[in-house]
Amino acid sequence: MSTLTRLATAAMMAAGLSLGAGATGALASSGDGPHLKQPNWSFNGLFGGYDEAQLRRGWEVYSGVCKSCHPLDYMHYRNLEQIGYTADEVKEIAASFDVPDGPDEWGEMYTRPATPMDPIAHPYENDAIAKLANGGVVPPNLSVMARARDGGADYIYSLLLGYADEVPEYVLEADPNFSLPPGKSFNHYFPGHAISMPQQLFEGILEYSDGSTPSAEQMALDVTSFLQWAAEPELEDRKALGRYTLLFLIVLTGLLYAYKREIWKDAH
Amino acid sequence: MSQAVDSAGTADGESRRDFLLYATGAVGAVGTALAVWPFIDSMNPAKDVLALATVEVDLSPVAVGQAITVVWRGKPVFVRHRTPEDIEQAKAVDVSTLRDPETDEERTIKPEWLVMVGICTHLGCVPKGQKPSDPKGEWNGWFCVCHGSQYDTAGRIRKGPAPLNLPVPEYAFLDDTTIRIGEEG
Amino acid sequence: MSSTPDPVWSNRTIKWVDRRLPIFSLLYREGIVYPTPRNLNYWWNFGFIAGLALVILILSGIFLAMFYTPHEDMAFASIERLMREVNYGWLIRFIHMNTVSLFFAAVYIHIFRGMYYGSYKAPRELLWAIGVIIYLVMVGTAFLGYVLPWGQMSFWAATVITSLVTAIPVVGDDIAVWLWGGFSVDNDTLKRFFSLHYLLPFVIFALVFMHLWALHTTKSGNPLGVDVKKPADTLPFHPYYTLKDAFGLGIALIILCFFVFFYPNYFNHAINYVQADPMVTPEHIVPEWYFLPFYAILRAVPDKLGGVLLMFAAIAIWLFLPLLDTSKTRSGRFRPIFKWFFWLLFIDFVLLGYLGAMPAEGVYITLGQWATAYYFVHFLVFLPLLGWIEKPLPVPESISAAVTDGHEKEAAA
Repeated sequence: MSTLTRLATAAMMAAGLSLGAGATGALASSGDGPHLKQPNWSFNGLFGGYDEAQLRRGWEVYSGVCKSCHPLDYMHYRNLEQIGYTADEVKEIAASFDVPDGPDEWGEMYTRPATPMDPIAHPYENDAIAKLANGGVVPPNLSVMARARDGGADYIYSLLLGYADEVPEYVLEADPNFSLPPGKSFNHYFPGHAISMPQQLFEGILEYSDGSTPSAEQMALDVTSFLQWAAEPELEDRKALGRYTLLFLIVLTGLLYAYKREIWKDAH
Repeated sequence: MSQAVDSAGTADGESRRDFLLYATGAVGAVGTALAVWPFIDSMNPAKDVLALATVEVDLSPVAVGQAITVVWRGKPVFVRHRTPEDIEQAKAVDVSTLRDPETDEERTIKPEWLVMVGICTHLGCVPKGQKPSDPKGEWNGWFCVCHGSQYDTAGRIRKGPAPLNLPVPEYAFLDDTTIRIGEEG
Repeated sequence: MSSTPDPVWSNRTIKWVDRRLPIFSLLYREGIVYPTPRNLNYWWNFGFIAGLALVILILSGIFLAMFYTPHEDMAFASIERLMREVNYGWLIRFIHMNTVSLFFAAVYIHIFRGMYYGSYKAPRELLWAIGVIIYLVMVGTAFLGYVLPWGQMSFWAATVITSLVTAIPVVGDDIAVWLWGGFSVDNDTLKRFFSLHYLLPFVIFALVFMHLWALHTTKSGNPLGVDVKKPADTLPFHPYYTLKDAFGLGIALIILCFFVFFYPNYFNHAINYVQADPMVTPEHIVPEWYFLPFYAILRAVPDKLGGVLLMFAAIAIWLFLPLLDTSKTRSGRFRPIFKWFFWLLFIDFVLLGYLGAMPAEGVYITLGQWATAYYFVHFLVFLPLLGWIEKPLPVPESISAAVTDGHEKEAAA
């Protein structure tokens, strides 16, 4: 019995170490300001997965709003088949984008409609143009955003809805000299609060093809879910395989424990 | 504790022990085998490679008598828009005299379009014959400069060391002037 | 211990091979009948778990290298492609990433187990020293590997850590340029890091082999710290400890898979999914959790060279434990005062880890300096003194005697 309690202590210690590391990481990143909004995401938890209809709405928000400034690197139009678009629909979506190609037989670069095999088109030809068009800041790639920020989906969602017209009291209390540089907007959740991207999501700026009401909250939920999928397209496979693997390991470890006890009877 | 020690020696204890040995061994072996699979499968073609396993080709710019070369799965594919003379020549051959007997109908879907992998069946060179200025050999088809294999207007081997005709890939017409190479329609 | 004769092989092929290369006899002697103290507790499982973590890391790493491109423009994208396009690529990468944490966790527990039970004392000084060297090479390998994804934290970790050598007087700057193969961390730095990251695990593997060789020469220690004296003190390694190790491994794999499948990026830093940008330093540069205690020691010293030296001294001091610990009693179980100091050291080490993750400002600096001071005082002052001051409890005469005693007590209770 004492061995078991020792084992439990070991496990707790390992868990304590890891939780400590994680908690400190989270602490280090949180600035002043309100806590992140935490919607009840469909992809949370051991059994979480994606809602394809929501992901398609999210793609509509991306291609209607975000697309004009933000790339989705490492993704291809063909990936959209994974969120329930048919092969023909994907072809149509791809063809609505122009992508650079070439050189042709005369040595000239040209543009052509994209095919499903093409990477999702970049909004700008290069970073210099992107900078020029966006007040000196390159709009970041969105395909890994949900992995690349502490807080992940919660952070993206909070940020999209986190704009304020005036600098709030708590910021001025912390720093009386705070003032927004020209061309920047105030955001509760952005580190330093001065964000280059103005507020994008306003009620009714687009129409959903499935007739959902395009409120700012709805669009933020949908596009954040879409970006979560863009960052972790493997999530559903991963969790499903994980459930089987854990179940299997628990059975195997149980058997090993029983067999080990049986054998060790001889030694006591 | 002392009761447990006693029971280990009995027949009951023995069979329990055997059961645990076989059950644990079997579960462990199955688990190890399953764990190996993801690693093996990772070496199969990745999704982006498979996505390029089919290629769609727009034939509309290719005039009669012209040929284009497209890349499919890393290999050149010859597409020739054959003239009526080409077709006639290909059909006129007595198939039984050929080294690799195939009729022209077996090698084409629409007679005016010949689609085949442009790799000589001898030792893997790319034969000449796509450009107007290229040597085309005695049968007005393709000529492999490596070892002198000659192919006719249906891409069949006629002379030289190559054993087989130029292979025709799986392809299908999506419409009158578009083909998809890599899978049948 | 020469009481177990080599087996007579009945299978003709085995017999033929064994006469020319006695590999079966070796496995039989060292892996089956190998006499192991009968009283090893679960803290003795972690060496095996660490060894298996190394095997998992090498195997998954070989597959990662099939898809990784060591180039400053392509490294980041090649890993994204691995995770998105390659069959089970995400799984192989997440296994590799998280097994590093398992490896370090197991090794830390293994090291602290050794400290508590006096595993470094004669005749096991060299066994211990090889272990410390394994840990040092592990640290180097883990650092090199962390640079390869070429994210923001990769790049800046490479910059900060390689800049440590500039603390060396006179030649420091030249050494840094030599390490980089340029004037900053760049493409050639990445490529040499990849090459060395592939090499060093096999060096560790060889060192582990020597560690095991030394272990099987001196034989395992045990929680009582008394030598094995008679056959009744031991059990054959198989099936007793093979099964106990397998069970412990099962638990470790459950914990590993929980993270791999459900929280694969838990130990990672989000900012490392932003591609390296030599023009922008992230706000907080924090090493991986397993480096944090030493990172805190590095930052505790306001002097550049002093900090670097102290950080390496914090690990190198483990090599001198056989000299610093003057007590004749091996096991902490029979050392009433040492026990307390051991746990204080453990708490101090965890505290250092916590401080390593905090920004270097205000109270964290002061705390870091005190915790660092305590760390060294423990080894340099308390440990030598305890051997003189402390009066150890009586040690049982033999393992088997202690085990029987224990049973009698249990029966009486």
